[in-house]
Amino acid sequence: MLNYILRRVAIAIPTLFIISLIIFLILNLAPGDPTANLPLTIPPEVKATIRASLGLDQPIHIRFLLWCKQFFINEPYYIFGDMMGWPADPDQARVVSWQTRSPVVDLILQRIPQTLWVVGMSYVLAILIAVPIGVISAYRQYSWFDQAGTFISMVGFSVPTFFTGVVVIVVFSVQLGWFPSIYDTTHKVTDWSSFLFQIRQMIMPVAVLALYNAAQMSRFMRASMLDNLNQDYVRTARAKGIKERTVVLVHVLRNSLIPVVTVIALGVPQVFGGAIITEQVFKVNGLGQLLIIAIQGSDIPTVQTITFIFAFLIVTFNLIADVLYGILDPRIRYD
Amino acid sequence: MKIRSVILGAAAALAIVPAAQAERGSDGHVNIIYWQAPSTLNPYLSGGTKELESASLVIEPLARYNEKGAMVPWLVDTVPTIENGGVSKDLKTITWKLKEGLKWSDGSPVTSADVVFTWKYCTAEGGGCAQSEKYNDVTNVEALDGLTVKVTFGVSKPFPYGPFVGAQAPIIQAKQFADCLGAKAPGCTDANFKPIGTGPFMVTEFRPNDVISLKANPNYRDPAKPAFATVTFKGGGSAMDAGRAVLETGQFDYAWNLQLAPDVLANMQKAGKGKVVSAFGTLVERIMINMTNPDPKLGDERGTAKHPHPFLTDIAVRKALSMAIDRKLLVEIGYGDAGRPTCNVLPAPEIYKSTANDACLNQDIEGAKKLLDEAGWKPGSDGIRAKDGVRLSILYQTSTNAVRQNFQAAIKQWWNEIGVEVELRNINASVFFGSDPGSPDTFQKFFADVEMYANNFDGTDPESYMANWECKQAPRPETQWQGNNMPRYCDKGYDALVAKMAKTGDLMERAKLAKAMNDKLMQEYIILPLVDRGRVSAHSVTLGGVVLNTWDSELWNAADWYRIK
Repeated sequence: MLNYILRRVAIAIPTLFIISLIIFLILNLAPGDPTANLPLTIPPEVKATIRASLGLDQPIHIRFLLWCKQFFINEPYYIFGDMMGWPADPDQARVVSWQTRSPVVDLILQRIPQTLWVVGMSYVLAILIAVPIGVISAYRQYSWFDQAGTFISMVGFSVPTFFTGVVVIVVFSVQLGWFPSIYDTTHKVTDWSSFLFQIRQMIMPVAVLALYNAAQMSRFMRASMLDNLNQDYVRTARAKGIKERTVVLVHVLRNSLIPVVTVIALGVPQVFGGAIITEQVFKVNGLGQLLIIAIQGSDIPTVQTITFIFAFLIVTFNLIADVLYGILDPRIRYD
Repeated sequence: MKIRSVILGAAAALAIVPAAQAERGSDGHVNIIYWQAPSTLNPYLSGGTKELESASLVIEPLARYNEKGAMVPWLVDTVPTIENGGVSKDLKTITWKLKEGLKWSDGSPVTSADVVFTWKYCTAEGGGCAQSEKYNDVTNVEALDGLTVKVTFGVSKPFPYGPFVGAQAPIIQAKQFADCLGAKAPGCTDANFKPIGTGPFMVTEFRPNDVISLKANPNYRDPAKPAFATVTFKGGGSAMDAGRAVLETGQFDYAWNLQLAPDVLANMQKAGKGKVVSAFGTLVERIMINMTNPDPKLGDERGTAKHPHPFLTDIAVRKALSMAIDRKLLVEIGYGDAGRPTCNVLPAPEIYKSTANDACLNQDIEGAKKLLDEAGWKPGSDGIRAKDGVRLSILYQTSTNAVRQNFQAAIKQWWNEIGVEVELRNINASVFFGSDPGSPDTFQKFFADVEMYANNFDGTDPESYMANWECKQAPRPETQWQGNNMPRYCDKGYDALVAKMAKTGDLMERAKLAKAMNDKLMQEYIILPLVDRGRVSAHSVTLGGVVLNTWDSELWNAADWYRIK
């Protein structure tokens, strides 16, 4: 197993390097311009000096090597130094966003709380909903519960979140007035009433996202349970006189969870990706919204950094999912 | 006697109490939403409208424009003019005197050194200052004493109110930005995100592209203002969400720039929680005509003056294209009350508005057809007019935007009726308006026959705006395809008018010249103006004191806002 992990890590490094090169090339060869969103009243000569001050007048390979140096050497040095209390070196260039002229890492750290709160919470909620629904749907296959569950899964998976999000806002925010439609990222939870307010402003985006994720996971859970319910060991367990509850929840569920756990692990990077569209709809202003704004404003350093972080997380969680699979299922052995 | 005066005194004090209750911070919290989130609070580093307006709550210029377009003193007591001696007779210097007792929000006094520093900051090498055009031709800014500043220009400036006037040129604190000159400017994140200013509010927290938290400035010059103690300035989402938050749910008090269809806005207003306000400025949606040939077969010489356009150089064709358009219908389908049909590329202020071209307001398809017939453009077998083998086939481009695509469809139909073939194209706004010299799709390269977009100018003086159509401002390979003269219009008479305006000081004379330039462009049909687009914003019915200003920042008078009880 250790050999396997080391091999995977060794392959991951060139993979990530190639991913960052591809991202860089795509972004720089694309026709966008960071000064495009500036008003037309700013004359073109001024826009040219702005572009020069962003470093856009240098050749492409120089810019890539500069970014690599900034991202792989300067940034980690700066972050570690910050944690250890080393003095900051003012001449070391950091990866700076073109829109805000502030370090990209600061922007990302600012956005992580709301992304984790809303998207993370919806993922947890989705798991909590999907597992029981999958189990019951499989156990009572083709019953009305199963049909209803299938229908809701289809709807939840097919209807895009920008539609369900807006419908939920119109119904609960505009017509009923129960929840605020715009998320307040500066809200701090200090006591019970502020906690209740946080719940109130989170309910709609969490519900919309949880519906989408739960739909996927409940189908996986159901399929996995169906595979296992027909196995011989289940018949043996029932013949031995074990309670039906124990058979299903102890024996069958544990074995069925193996593929589902790997699916969950593969879905975790998406939590950090932030649900881009839902964040926009509810103005949660997390990592997904940061990425969209950076793309629209041709803010290449921010887009590069965030997409590279996603790539890193996906590669890592792929590895974790494979290792987890090997640990949970003794039948799987890597060499 | 004593008791009587005591009672009278008490009665008088009781009478004053209600007035004293309108004091700073008494109205609590106000929520503002801009659907484009500000990325920084330093307008010198960004130049985007959202940055200018959010920063205007904190930092202020010496003078600014009010809602009527008139200049009002802001950090000074009077606006310097030739009459009061503030502007020298040779139009080369202007002297500003700051108000007494002005303080920055950190308590330190505002001095002329801060004004001098502001000029140095925006003109420093390598800084990439987005507003450097405001300081054009300034050779020196010096402090004559603690409160007086003299600006010297290298040429005589009939309109010397560029530097330090308007939301684009606010005064920043020399001490805060001292280490941020030139290439160091973007690195001063603390200063860029929390500028110290003279405005009614100061920043407590800034999250770029997300939200700004502000509180009332304790050192603001009017002790009874602002009425609000704290502000949340939220950004993000879309115009629809912003409109909904103010007009339907009441969660926010002010929403900026609601570019929504007129019936959508009317529907939202029915909830009765908010009011839509609109005002007109100088933004005109127009069609630019390409006087050069964009044919790809010409290779590197396409779109340059070396090859005049095969048929758009014929004024009869241009006039017919203009006559076929029904501007009133376009306004109805696109903007409703937020737009007015216009026949001038210079629609405002009032003194510059020409009435010589208003015949264009009426669509005249038959007249257009007749004009083309008389000029020799006869319809061919396919219905498209041609003359000497040249077909009237137009490529019409614009940016991707629902209203613009509707306009394109309508105009294509009208031009088809008069026998012109039209191909439509739309390009993503960040590419179309970007100045990437490598992209063939920018509005400067103009590799099409006509293109449509909107433009305006800052402040109330149209001199540099009308100079856009000087011959030398044509985008071409030698200028890296940068330039403002998209039609590549080249006319000695027009250039002479531009040169004359640069030397004319009298306001009425300048107005005459500006109108003459406008009329020349309109009567030669180089530019076809379509809609005078207004600004539309919305505010809660409980928010008082809002005066929509299209000549400066919309939040210019946030100090005067209050809660209607």
